[in-house]
Amino acid sequence: MDGKTRLEKMFEGLGGRPALIGFHTAGFPDRNASLRICRFLLEKCDALEVGIPFSDPVLDGPVIQQSSFRALRAGFRPRHIFSLVGELRKASDKPVLIMTYYNPVHRMGHGPFCEAAAEAGADGILIPDLPPEEMGDWRETANRHGMAVILFASMTTPDERLRELGGLTQGFLYCLAVKGTTGLRESLSRELAPFLEKARRLCSQPIVAGLGISKPEQCQEVGRLVDGVIVGSALVKAALDAVIAGEDPAIAVSALAAQMHEALCSG
Amino acid sequence: MSKEKASPRDLPDARGRFGAFGGRFVPETLISPLEELEKAYREAWTDRSFREELDFYLRDYAGRPTPLYRAERLSRELRGATLFLKREDLCHTGSHKINNTLGQCLLARRMGKRRVIAETGAGQHGVATATAAALLGLECEVYMGEVDMERQALNVFRMELLGARVIPVRCGSRTLKDAVNEALRDWVTNVDHTHYCLGSVVGPHPFPTLVRDLQSVIGKETRRQHLERTGRLPDCLVACVGGGSNSIGLFHPFLDTGVRMVGVEAGGTGDDPGQHGSTLRLGSIGVLHGARSYLLQDDEGQVLETHSISAGLDYPGVGPEHAFLKESGRVEYVGVSDAEALEAVDLLCRTEGILPALESAHAVAYAARLAREMGKGASIVICLSGRGDKDVNTLMAARSRGGERGGEITAWADHDSPFPYNPDPPAPFRLPG
Repeated sequence: MDGKTRLEKMFEGLGGRPALIGFHTAGFPDRNASLRICRFLLEKCDALEVGIPFSDPVLDGPVIQQSSFRALRAGFRPRHIFSLVGELRKASDKPVLIMTYYNPVHRMGHGPFCEAAAEAGADGILIPDLPPEEMGDWRETANRHGMAVILFASMTTPDERLRELGGLTQGFLYCLAVKGTTGLRESLSRELAPFLEKARRLCSQPIVAGLGISKPEQCQEVGRLVDGVIVGSALVKAALDAVIAGEDPAIAVSALAAQMHEALCSG
Repeated sequence: MSKEKASPRDLPDARGRFGAFGGRFVPETLISPLEELEKAYREAWTDRSFREELDFYLRDYAGRPTPLYRAERLSRELRGATLFLKREDLCHTGSHKINNTLGQCLLARRMGKRRVIAETGAGQHGVATATAAALLGLECEVYMGEVDMERQALNVFRMELLGARVIPVRCGSRTLKDAVNEALRDWVTNVDHTHYCLGSVVGPHPFPTLVRDLQSVIGKETRRQHLERTGRLPDCLVACVGGGSNSIGLFHPFLDTGVRMVGVEAGGTGDDPGQHGSTLRLGSIGVLHGARSYLLQDDEGQVLETHSISAGLDYPGVGPEHAFLKESGRVEYVGVSDAEALEAVDLLCRTEGILPALESAHAVAYAARLAREMGKGASIVICLSGRGDKDVNTLMAARSRGGERGGEITAWADHDSPFPYNPDPPAPFRLPG
């Protein structure tokens, strides 16, 4: 490595346009199909988040809940994430991030989890239910293994705390675009633009918005205010719909990602 | 300055930790609202007018203090220690849950929230929340697992009568755990105008402390009443533990005494995963619903399904303070099977004319065993956390299964049943009144 992380290189190489970061639930609809979906997504997106399915996805709306339950029912186990990331790393040099609830990490142990993630070739780990106050040695452990610890900011976050989170986060600050769970939204919140502008002002790291951003037009609209956009439920829903219709979910997902990418490029 | 040994009654610390347990494992959106809630609660708790209003409702509306009843016939039947029942079943709405919901709904109103949401398992917390919300003019929605709506149909109807909307939860195990998940999803979405009236000593800080403080009225009254009655403290306290609110309410004011304390979890039908709700007895440390505590989980951190005949104990988590009290050895945690709980219902009905909730029956069953062990002269207080009217459907179904029950007992028990199984066909159940 030349000292720069894959995430840094990604943001530098965008030529001024915002990044598209896709999300997929690992193991949905099964291990092999999810690998194929992730590969297709990684081609269209600038980076990929893969989510570890969890029995109690409290922060997820119906779409990601359903994909998680199906992945678990199909036999996906948290440790399978590492072979999935490893396969993706063989195929691409784009950033790959692991998104997980805290309990599977807690259960495996900070050290072993980070070691396996690093060995697989992941670039960072996002744990939405692990705020900085509860991290213990998580940050040091993750950093020792070269994993970026990406933090979240919300519209409910007071200014002082927003500044702190902006200083602590690594790679980018994940700005939650809605108050609520993951899921598709018809329209964006009116509070969003002021929040993102404030985050930009208070944080020197790249600003990325995610949660509830579900259409190419929404990507374009939010993209003007941020360095990157994360799309989750909309892509997972495309996969779900394709699976139900007996079609190839990888093709459905990559078609939607391509539209979103185009919207961001022309924004 | 470092204290040599802090009293366990001083916990949690400033970060909401009970030793290694508790904390605030929540998404960023909830961090600030939880801080506001903590601040509002601290202010209210030291505000005399708030405390006076709460005391007024607890006394004139909920019927406190509840009696500490000396169960003479039950004690005689068991030929052992003297058993006292802390009659939380006599509270308005039929369980201890009203102690918490009156406090939290008053707090919600003080914070300017117009809507309260709640999760419910047995329906008792849902009914108590709907009641307090009706009393204080708050909008109320209650999340309840589909499985629980079926087995506690009476309480669903009561909530609706009280003007609340009951929202069926169809995901996951469709019981209490999933109702908490849905309530958290609602709260993270509607946090601006909604207070989450959490029903037990679980969840992120400050809920375990807030609910404990509101439920501690149980133990404070018990301490005073037992002293007045006998001139001394009881020898042992017994209470059931699902999330753990009635038990912590009884135990907390006794933590700095030498009184023995036993928390009774759902033993269900066996010790294999999915057969019980014995989180402290058989679980391991993990993070669920915003706190680090004990948890029933597999070796990769997925939360396991649970089983109990009582909906209120059918939960894979437990309050962080209980986890701390287990680790410190201050409280013993044991299990009582479905079959033993059913027998305890019969026993209490027959000897005292009291129909306990199936949850509370777990405490009665273990106390009956202890009464024999501890013998005459000892005094045991059982927290009779709720009345059993809501359980008549479950009880009728258990009766109609009849002969199965003997089998269930021998299949599970690693000890002798505290009271012999009666092979005679049982008399039909009658509702009191």
